[in-house]
Amino acid sequence: MNKEEFLYALNSKLFGLPPSEIEERLTFYSEMIDDRMEEGLSEEEAVAAIGSVDDIARQIIEEIPLSRIMRNTAVPRKGLKVWHIVLLILGAPIWLPLLVAAFAVVLTVYVVLWVLVVCMFIVALCLIVAAVCSIPAAVFYVTSGSLSGAVFSIGAGLICAGLTILLIAVSILAAKGVAKLAPKVINGIKPAFIGKERTI
Amino acid sequence: MDVQLKRGLLDVCVLAALKDEDTYGYKIIKDLKPCVELSESTLYTILKRLETGGFITVYSVEHEGRLRKYYHITDRGLGRIDEFRYEWQEILSIYRFIVGKDGDHE
Repeated sequence: MNKEEFLYALNSKLFGLPPSEIEERLTFYSEMIDDRMEEGLSEEEAVAAIGSVDDIARQIIEEIPLSRIMRNTAVPRKGLKVWHIVLLILGAPIWLPLLVAAFAVVLTVYVVLWVLVVCMFIVALCLIVAAVCSIPAAVFYVTSGSLSGAVFSIGAGLICAGLTILLIAVSILAAKGVAKLAPKVINGIKPAFIGKERTI
Repeated sequence: MDVQLKRGLLDVCVLAALKDEDTYGYKIIKDLKPCVELSESTLYTILKRLETGGFITVYSVEHEGRLRKYYHITDRGLGRIDEFRYEWQEILSIYRFIVGKDGDHE
């Protein structure tokens, strides 16, 4: 890959970022390649020393906050034709509800996941209450002369306590998993706005 | 290494490379090589951060028919290096504490 190909490839991978930012980065890499060639490396070797375009682009995109990517891509570019705008407006009754619905679905899934986690904690709480209550129950059985009832009550209490420990461990894992989901989803969205030529 | 810790260290590393004279990107990478391998993208991010923070300034010089960016350390940047020396004492005492605790197990 020669320098021009490298810069072109990087440019298209970063498409969607603020143009000034892309320009500055390309200049930086171009200078790095030139300086290496000046040291005696061939053009191909100098480009290879910089690393793969994919890795570089990924690193750059990870560093830039999503809000800045969105702000830039959400602004219509100068090339926007009149009929593009007309289509956008005429299509609003279709795409707007779809967009809102899609957002609502994602949000609902997220909320449901949290509710699930909360439910697990509530069940754990109920089990621990049951376990604690089994002790007075056992005492009650003993005072009313039923030893087998007391043994049963204590056994049931122990089972409840065991289940509580198990469930709390699982709930914590689940909570951590759900908490990690949001940043993952946001990072997953980023590539959708970058590196692709769009018609609108 | 911990990302936050490394980031802070690398910032000062780059400032130290600029301490004696203004220099350009590739030279910084070469100068730091014996101490740390820095990728181009990492260096870019560091330089950008230092520039935004007012620790360095940037100017272009014509070189062999093209423009090359030179980086100049500001007073603030020099101050940052001095600051690091003090901070390092603190880090060292934390280090001694950690290593000391570790030694207790043996």
